[in-house]
Amino acid sequence: MTEALPFDSGSDDVLATAAAWKAEGRKVALATVVTTWGSSPRPEGSQLAIDETGAFVGSVSGGCIEGAVIKEGLAAMKDGRHRLLDFGVSDEQAWEVGLACGGKVQVFVERVE
Amino acid sequence: MKAEILDKLQDARRARRPVALVTDLGSGAQALLESGRVIGDDALAADALAAAMKMLDRDETGTVEAGSRRLFVHVHNPPSRLIIVGAVHIAQALAPMASLMGYAVTIVDPRRAFATDARFPTVTLSDDWPDEAMQRLDPDRRTAVVTLTHDPKLDDPALTVALRSPAFYVGSLGSKRTHAKRLERLRAAGLTDAELARIHGPVGLNINAISPAEIAVSILGQITEVRRRDAK
Repeated sequence: MTEALPFDSGSDDVLATAAAWKAEGRKVALATVVTTWGSSPRPEGSQLAIDETGAFVGSVSGGCIEGAVIKEGLAAMKDGRHRLLDFGVSDEQAWEVGLACGGKVQVFVERVE
Repeated sequence: MKAEILDKLQDARRARRPVALVTDLGSGAQALLESGRVIGDDALAADALAAAMKMLDRDETGTVEAGSRRLFVHVHNPPSRLIIVGAVHIAQALAPMASLMGYAVTIVDPRRAFATDARFPTVTLSDDWPDEAMQRLDPDRRTAVVTLTHDPKLDDPALTVALRSPAFYVGSLGSKRTHAKRLERLRAAGLTDAELARIHGPVGLNINAISPAEIAVSILGQITEVRRRDAK
């Protein structure tokens, strides 16, 4: 019987995957939902781990903004700088990618050193 | 995130110790808060530390303002628990579904033919008598308890412990008639009306469930409804 890492909030164990990828020598970035307003699909603390090929586990939305977050994760891997991204209703926000559900989220993206 | 922070965070989560990762959303500086101690490169101001400790205590993840800084406090508490009394057919559906939802599942059944690893490959099994098992498991406010045996010898002692614990949910399988008799017995055994009112019985949401898996869905639906009620 394999002992799965205990996890909370019913998500994949994103951190365990990030640590395992790092141990394999892959470049890794981590994205975390830090603030939500309105009907955003994933709660604060939801995470997405990305490797240098763009492979990812976890989620920060219902699929609406993952593409843009992965792009920023890849950029953070290169320049080492963290990012605080705002996503919301498309026409009110600088970001071209919006949440179809009308909610707003703020996502922190960082490189795993 | 520094490798050292990620390692320490994973150590704490594996050992099921409560821990919070605090990130300064401006500078990106990070620190781990564990048992009142801070590990990391950010000398957190005293008020930030106090706010983070409160979030950890409340099991709440989110941002806090501390002076000019915005801090994200990511609370990693050990998984919530589900204690199932009765290694019966419904438990075979309920246990894996609850695991998917993130619960650490323990099944209590002293009848050895029922509680076997072959029937329940991925959960913790206890073959102690329910009152002893329940006292040892010591349900806290992040624990749900469900009794499934219908057998007063097994269900009643477990319920007696569960109803006097801070468990956030106590449910008991049985028809309305079975439940009325159960309440009579427990009242005679000295439980108060307030304690008895905590039992969800007949267990689960009314979704016209028939199969064991459907009954498991109705039970987990009700547990979720109770657990998330305050978060709305």
